Amino acid sequence: MSTLEVSGLTVRLPPGADRAEAVSGVSFGVERGELLCLVGESGSGKTVIAHAVMGLLPKALALTAGSMRLEGEELTQIGAARRRRLRGSRMAMIFQEPMTALNPVMTCGAQIDEVLRYHTRMAQGERRARVGALLGEVALATELAEAYPHQLSGGQRQRVGIAIALALEPALLIADEPTTALDATTQAQILRLIVELQRRHGMAVLFVTHDFGVVAEIAHRIAVLREGRLVEVGAKHEVLTRPQHEYTRMLIRSVPTLVPRARPVDARAPVVLATRGLSKTYVERGWLRVRREVQAASDVTLEVRKGQTLGIVGESGSGKTTLARCIARLIEPTGGEVRLGGVDLARMKRRELRSLRRRVQVVFQDPYRSLNPRRSVGQAIIEGPLNYGVPRTEALKRARRLMELVGLDPAALGRYPHQFSGGQRQRICIARALALEPELLVADEPVSALDVSVQAQVLALLEDIRTRLELAMLFITHDLRVAAQICDQIAVMQNGRVVEHGPTAQVFAQPRHPYTQALLAAAPGRNYAFATA
Amino acid sequence: MLPRNWSVRIGGAALLALILVAIAAPWLGTVDPTLFDAASRDLRPGEVGSITTLEGETLPHRFLMGSDSYGRDIYSRVLYGTRVSLIVGLACAVVALFCGVLLGLIAGYVRAADGLVMRVMDGVMAIPAILIAIAVVALWRASLATVIMAIAIPEIPRVTRLVRSLVLTIREEPYVEAAVALGTSAPNIMFGHILPNTIAPLLVQGTYICAFAILLEAILSFLGVGLPPDIPTWGNIMAEGRVQFVAYPHNVFFPGVFLAVTVLAVNMLGDGLRDTLDPKLAVDEHA
Amino acid sequence: MLAVVAVLVFALLRLAPGDPAAIMAGDAATAEQIAQIRAGLGLDRPLVVQFGIWLGKVLSGELGESFYFRIKVATLIGQRLEPTFALATLTILLAVLVSVPLGALAAWRQGGWLDRALMGFSVLGFSVPVFVLAYLLIWLFSLELGWLPVQGYARIADGLGAFLRHLILPASTLSVIYIALIARVTRAAVLEALGEDYIRTARAKGLPELRVLVRHALANAAVPIATVIGIGIAILIGGVVVTESVYAIPGLGRLTVDAVLARDFPTIQGVILFFSLVYVLVNLLIDLSYVFLDPRIRY
Repeated sequence: MSTLEVSGLTVRLPPGADRAEAVSGVSFGVERGELLCLVGESGSGKTVIAHAVMGLLPKALALTAGSMRLEGEELTQIGAARRRRLRGSRMAMIFQEPMTALNPVMTCGAQIDEVLRYHTRMAQGERRARVGALLGEVALATELAEAYPHQLSGGQRQRVGIAIALALEPALLIADEPTTALDATTQAQILRLIVELQRRHGMAVLFVTHDFGVVAEIAHRIAVLREGRLVEVGAKHEVLTRPQHEYTRMLIRSVPTLVPRARPVDARAPVVLATRGLSKTYVERGWLRVRREVQAASDVTLEVRKGQTLGIVGESGSGKTTLARCIARLIEPTGGEVRLGGVDLARMKRRELRSLRRRVQVVFQDPYRSLNPRRSVGQAIIEGPLNYGVPRTEALKRARRLMELVGLDPAALGRYPHQFSGGQRQRICIARALALEPELLVADEPVSALDVSVQAQVLALLEDIRTRLELAMLFITHDLRVAAQICDQIAVMQNGRVVEHGPTAQVFAQPRHPYTQALLAAAPGRNYAFATA
Repeated sequence: MLPRNWSVRIGGAALLALILVAIAAPWLGTVDPTLFDAASRDLRPGEVGSITTLEGETLPHRFLMGSDSYGRDIYSRVLYGTRVSLIVGLACAVVALFCGVLLGLIAGYVRAADGLVMRVMDGVMAIPAILIAIAVVALWRASLATVIMAIAIPEIPRVTRLVRSLVLTIREEPYVEAAVALGTSAPNIMFGHILPNTIAPLLVQGTYICAFAILLEAILSFLGVGLPPDIPTWGNIMAEGRVQFVAYPHNVFFPGVFLAVTVLAVNMLGDGLRDTLDPKLAVDEHA
Repeated sequence: MLAVVAVLVFALLRLAPGDPAAIMAGDAATAEQIAQIRAGLGLDRPLVVQFGIWLGKVLSGELGESFYFRIKVATLIGQRLEPTFALATLTILLAVLVSVPLGALAAWRQGGWLDRALMGFSVLGFSVPVFVLAYLLIWLFSLELGWLPVQGYARIADGLGAFLRHLILPASTLSVIYIALIARVTRAAVLEALGEDYIRTARAKGLPELRVLVRHALANAAVPIATVIGIGIAILIGGVVVTESVYAIPGLGRLTVDAVLARDFPTIQGVILFFSLVYVLVNLLIDLSYVFLDPRIRY
């Protein structure tokens, strides 16, 4: 008997959605001691399945057909009280966002304790001992029971989430993208912890993810989901190396490899951007608080040459975005130089800066917020040229050309941002940046918010544009796979400093700094050769 | 094109009807609301009495809503009172929004002025609105203009705060940063990118101010510190009627109903607009 | 903030058209009286000096003498404090006890009958003027049913029964708008909390719904609820002025209206300063209470 047996599961979407069913006739099983990865892009229905099993579906989504058996018990037939008894005791769940998944006004210990209090008759002292033991099991200090979630790091919070799920040793653990919001090194630790706990307790684990690196790292079996339908289920090795379905093949093909792509680099190309000793210090002043200085970036020296891409790689809080904003002069650096073709921008006054702005353009991370919702795409693209005195008809002509360049229909210029998908919006943002014919393009995590297949397309577009227009590009990313594919040079940042800097191939093959080594070691699925055809 | 939201439909329709009543008051079977007749004092609704015109002519008149203790026609006074209430409500909203937007933009955009403007606004907000209004009216002696100023002033800080916080939020949006990078000038960013995105919440705030102003004007009149008692406002009619409330409740009842319905209509319009314009606050129709 | 209030009140009195001394003295005053008041106010000196003198007096509790009642304003306020304090306290108590649970339940069953009823009540509560409501309640409970006294006030020293019988109607009247306000904010705040990820976590733990609603949703909505209770004090003060007039309660609200009608400026000034002080202090206390409501907040 499987721990979890799902068959013919169908969940209807509310009327007006882009399709009729969130999940259509999905069947799979998870055995004791097995880790099944449910893989799919956003909107594929993978999280809906996880929520359906837990009985946590929002009211708008109705379960219309199918059966789900947990240890033989039919979950679709039981009442609310019985389901509540099962949740937390026989099946448990860990969530994606460790920052928001814990109640901010309760101590971590109390949140673990709640499970014991409402599912068992344990006495208070007994419960306290168990909470301590659970914290130990997820490698946290017992004292953290008294801490509030905001006092912990993201990784620590996710460990608390795991302790809550483990409290009563459930038969089934559902993990919904539990490491997506974490930095690479923390992600590696949490993945290791989940695998180890599963082995120790022999649980069945249903692991929901979009990341094939993670899948390669931990899965026993894989189920691939596309628009609510299961397209392929099989053992990990089978699916990753010999995918049967065309969609699976396309997904796996889109995963960038960690092997840097070799490209001849002209070492004598003119330097477009050079920073020397660039620093940004934030000063925090509070009422009744001591003045605190935060070094967001310190002493950064780099160069980007014409037609080449410099990647800035680092985890969150490493200062990579601060650096990008200093270079685009969206914020003022506190020290050092930013030289653009020989002119120092760092100390320049607003008015002098204006004429130089068009030479540096930025593409931001969030395609949903980087376009003004009240302006049409055409208005967005011609805004820059109009600012620099290009006549309207000329600007519109340029906008049409650019739409074609980024692979969109020029007839769509009159439409508004909400009528486009995330990937299309990012193309529009690229067109907007190119409209000023810049020398340097700063791309701040431009593909992080996109699905892997769309990501591959946008990366190809950026690459194409860089070669065609001979742009210098500063590419900021946390994703080593992406960096390996697009960057000629790489600078690794940690705590506001560049700790390693060199040609991509060299940094990947012989990392010198321990932090770079740790980052590379943490990249999930690094030892796995995905199917390439 | 009808709005889909029921709250907007009902509130809007009721408000439209009231505006029509206010405009058409002279042709709806009313007499001059200041006319009185000693012989027609304290009539009950529907009774027939007489009314004396300014020329001294005495005409028979049916008092649909009764008469007050001077023998004035409540129906006429209530209908003409609609004009005062709507004018006060609209004018207060316009004045408060105008001043608030101006101050809010300054506070949100000029860092040097922010502290001073917001401290003064905090100070104004620390004095309950009704006290400011009472003090202003008491000092300047009541006229339509002073009443409007008295009610609008305490609303200005709320608008200022709203605009300032909107400006500060929108300023951090990536699309504004993108505009900076595109070389767009500060005034163009302000008027092209920031201001258009504040209109929806301001419109909603405006309706709430309007509702509150109508209410506060009536309260001031009722307390006897508002517009002079001979001007037909709902508050004045009720103030006059309160003395005899036990015997003749209609003097308070009819203007009270009109007042409540008007404020309700404006509030419903505001709630509906808020739900329509801000999907985040809207009731989930699938739930 | 109080400093700003002081400047504003001072400015309000000085910005008034005409000679403040003449206004203060009243229409029947002789030239001699006006001159005496002017000297007393130091109106012949520079504005800054005037403000200094005025502020010094206010800070030492010296609010002048009422023209109308012929006693010190501070004493007057002291005499009228009890009824207002009793009315306000009872109203707040009533309002919080009714609105917070109802608001939370409405959010929990969003779109249900309780939610619709409460939201309908809340729009009505904002729309029906306090005095209309007051007369409606008087008509129903005092005139038709004869259960409660029409008007007046009984001191708490006169017995708790009479005290409550006189206060219950005014407090109910006054609490309607306050309930509307707090219930609305409670509903919105709990609704927002219910949409958070930690609620899903709590449900995934298999906790009973009541526990989820109270310990997880309501506890996280506490800060906005506390804030609106504080801000609502301003509306409450406005309501006190009207309610006390309608129910003939000899409190500070009634005093305010009487003072305005009598153009008794020292009293108006004193009452405004007093109410503002109360408002600011209450909100300061509420700000401080955030530390207990949310562990993330530190001062």
